[in-house]
Amino acid sequence: MTLTLGHFLTLGAMLFAISVIGIFLNRKNLIVLLMAIEMMLLSVNMNFVAFSHYLGDMHGQLFVFFILTVAAAEAAIGLAILVLLFRNKSNINAEDLNILKG
Amino acid sequence: MDAKTGFFYFFSAVLLYSALRVITARNPVHAVLHLILGFSQAAAIWLLLKAEFLGIMLVVVYMGAVMVLFLFVVMMLDIRIDRMREGFWKHFPVAAAVGALVALEMAVVLMGGFGTLDEAKPAAELLNAQGQVLPYSNTQALGRLMYTDYLFPIEVAAVILLVAMIAAIALTLRKRKDAKTPGIAGQIGARAQDRLTLVSMPATKAAAAAAQGEETK
Repeated sequence: MTLTLGHFLTLGAMLFAISVIGIFLNRKNLIVLLMAIEMMLLSVNMNFVAFSHYLGDMHGQLFVFFILTVAAAEAAIGLAILVLLFRNKSNINAEDLNILKG
Repeated sequence: MDAKTGFFYFFSAVLLYSALRVITARNPVHAVLHLILGFSQAAAIWLLLKAEFLGIMLVVVYMGAVMVLFLFVVMMLDIRIDRMREGFWKHFPVAAAVGALVALEMAVVLMGGFGTLDEAKPAAELLNAQGQVLPYSNTQALGRLMYTDYLFPIEVAAVILLVAMIAAIALTLRKRKDAKTPGIAGQIGARAQDRLTLVSMPATKAAAAAAQGEETK
């Protein structure tokens, strides 16, 4: 049994599903939420690389580049907001974020 | 089953295990460390897919920089985990059902649609200036595409990174209120008249005369 494109796409789908479960479970823990989002982006990148390899198209790998850029920017700003939040409220519980009374 | 398939299953198993540990770990430091493990496995799978440059970039940039940033922030924050874990398993049945449904449906559809595609199409050949075919290099192919067709998007990506850097610094920069810092503009702009004033005072003849009078008494 050789590897097919379906194998890699299924791996990406499973990783994405695990990240979704992680977002459900860690509703209160902002830092694990950020990690789950990183894993989601990784699974999307996995799909891009797999398609790029099996269809012989380099553009998919270039898109992974852009996704990594945006993911790095998102992680940096997210963590900065997290540090700011901890400084002001001395915890990072998502349930205590009710300042806006939304 | 050839070696490549075996490696694929091994890397995927470790990747999925580490992903599960990321979302269930009690200690956020353990979660970050498992995330690093997962990213390394993903890089290995990308190497199997002959995306060498991206695999190495995932190791160097992601594990080397972004995950260390995560680790620093986790260690900087003093998180009370017990409150975070309240009701952790309450929504687990729903979450597991949703996740399993997503994974199963996608697996069925994807294996049905792409399960037969097992022959990788070779990437387009690159020619040098004399029209000869160059030996294939993933990095070269990516770089050629990046700096010809995608030049403007790359510049935009660079601007995004710059904006992220400025935003992160501006958000976390804190001015100390108790620090006595010199005002550089004021120091440079100071003139001699501001520092030194000449006051003309009358010579103290009256006081001296009074003192002399007291002595003679």
